[in-house]
Amino acid sequence: MKILVCVTSVPDTTTKIAFTDNNTKLNKAGVTFITGPYDDYALARAVELKEKTGASVTVLNVGEADSEPVLRKCLAIGADDAIRINAEPTDAYFVAEQIAAIAKQNQYDLILMGRESIDFNGGQVHGIVGEMLNTPSISPVMLLDIDGETAKITREIEGGKESLEAKLPLVLGCQEPIAEWKIPNMRGIMTARTKPLNVVEPSGTDKLTTVASYELPAPRGAVKMIPADEAEKLIQLLHSEAKVI
Amino acid sequence: MSVLIFAELDEGKIKKSAQEAIFYGAKVAQMMGTSATAIIIGSADNTELASAGNFGATKVLHAADAKLNEPNGMAYATVVAAAAQQENSKVVVLAKSSLGDAMTARLAGKLKAGLAANVVDLPDLSNGFRVKSSIYTGKAFAYNELKADVKILAIKKNTITPEASDAAAIVEPFTPTLNDADFAISVKSTEKSSGDILLPEADLVVSAGRGLKGPENWGIVEDLAKALHAATACSKPVSDLDWRPHSEHVGQTGLKISPNLYIACGISGAIQHLAGVNSSKVIVVINKDADAPFFKSADYGIVGDVFDVLPRLTKAVNAL
Ligand SMILES: Cc1cc2nc3c(=O)[nH]c(=O)nc-3n(C[C@H](O)[C@H](O)[C@H](O)COP(=O)(O)OP(=O)(O)OC[C@H]3O[C@@H](n4cnc5c(N)ncnc54)[C@H](O)[C@@H]3O)c2cc1C
Ligand SMILES: Nc1ncnc2c1ncn2[C@@H]1O[C@H](COP(=O)(O)O)[C@@H](O)[C@H]1O
Repeated sequence: MKILVCVTSVPDTTTKIAFTDNNTKLNKAGVTFITGPYDDYALARAVELKEKTGASVTVLNVGEADSEPVLRKCLAIGADDAIRINAEPTDAYFVAEQIAAIAKQNQYDLILMGRESIDFNGGQVHGIVGEMLNTPSISPVMLLDIDGETAKITREIEGGKESLEAKLPLVLGCQEPIAEWKIPNMRGIMTARTKPLNVVEPSGTDKLTTVASYELPAPRGAVKMIPADEAEKLIQLLHSEAKVI
Repeated sequence: MSVLIFAELDEGKIKKSAQEAIFYGAKVAQMMGTSATAIIIGSADNTELASAGNFGATKVLHAADAKLNEPNGMAYATVVAAAAQQENSKVVVLAKSSLGDAMTARLAGKLKAGLAANVVDLPDLSNGFRVKSSIYTGKAFAYNELKADVKILAIKKNTITPEASDAAAIVEPFTPTLNDADFAISVKSTEKSSGDILLPEADLVVSAGRGLKGPENWGIVEDLAKALHAATACSKPVSDLDWRPHSEHVGQTGLKISPNLYIACGISGAIQHLAGVNSSKVIVVINKDADAPFFKSADYGIVGDVFDVLPRLTKAVNAL
């Protein structure tokens, strides 16, 4: 079985977002970049399947050179090789096109992604790739088992979950509790240095969307504190001042 | 050239988020000097279908093929793409939802569309097509320039407040060709907590964290939620500990919600939790620790013990 895991390199979840250049660029100063938390779930499940079934695991990122540390970390966690498509990943369609092009060359049985990236949060790339490959896409996947040619999947839906079955190949967007996040060990870090990381130039369409500028949310006004022994007052305020109940 | 809106049904009724989408789409149509058409898939009676007109759609295309009775992102996307082609729609609007998410991407692939997810405002058409969306899990916004011929907008809850009229839409049956491939995923079983208010749709949310100490104490949270007709939510550790179902967990790795009112009980307010709720209109925090970080992001706060405060709030709501 051949598995492709698509990963993003994104600001750590504790990052305070700020912009520079007249609000047209993320201020990367002091920002730690990590593997997208959902992508980490996808990778962890892929590595488990590798250990169980001897599958091969390729990780792929559409991004610039500064995302290579994330790919190296994925190799240290257990991926066999890595591909970086050398382009700024600002449009979901464009990113999907790059991933689909690699997938067409290599015919993966499973393409695992995160349910969504935590930068642009579209939750869209897996579906677009699925469409481009004429392959079913399912997200968010909470459980995944492979039984021969069939995947058994539990997917979250509004207010509950759903059990599904589908034949491979599939494109899946993953979330917890599909697997436990993995941390690289010393041996993994050593072997990762010699695993292949291939850089490929992008192909395909121009971007269908661009970001003209960014903005930070307006700060919330000062908090109004209500003494605990007058808690009932809160309900009055929500009713007559905030008018939300 | 109409603006096309996918209006999702829940048990034969147009969902609230779909009403917002129709109203939003009708506004965009107005800005573009055209009309709004809603595409509705699955079984619903004629009065319900025509009620899309209340929110500004002049026409409803109704795809009622029995194969479409169960929501299916891929097949639904095929139907909406066919409707977009028939109507020559350059703008397609959907509300963000579990089903909507599954459809949006497939549609973008089919129509080679410029896509904006998590849209929070009407577009600006004064110079091209520019639309504001929420990014970095609610920590920032982007102004997106959509350059493709066809544009898809997935709107967040509370992007617009619909005003209903009594206009009815004309209902036309719609019978596109369905692909067998779109039915390749078979649903074996579904587990759904029924009767409750769906969290992503809810206007009011009562949420609780580890401060509640254990699942046996959730009664006080549910009582307040019931009194308010609110949905319940929780922090991540609470769903990790299986005190509450995963589908209730909000935050960076859970649902992102934007209700009118979010009441956080015994939740410390970690940045990853805030990421899922910071676009709520009004935030109330109840925590016994006056230094809990959540108070910095709140509109109203009570420093107090949830076990004392919550029952009193419930009583006060019932007395309103
Ligand atoms: C990558 C990543 C992703 C994450 N994603 C999420 C996410 O999506 N959602 C999420 O919620 N978290 C997420 N977290 C976890 C997050 O960092 C916090 O650990 C979590 O939100 C804390 O949950 P809590 O507030 O319920 O618990 P705690 O931090 O333990 O806080 C409990 C609070 O209850 C108060 N309290 C205790 N007893 C009482 C009482 N009797 N009355 C009133 N108040 C009381 C305490 O003062 C305290 O403030 C994520 C973390 C990481 C690293
Ligand atoms: N630049 C990228 N490179 C590789 N994979 C990506 C990239 N962007 C998104 N993905 C994958 O697609 C998933 C959904 O992303 P998104 O649609 O941006 O929310 C992510 O969790 C990744 O698995």
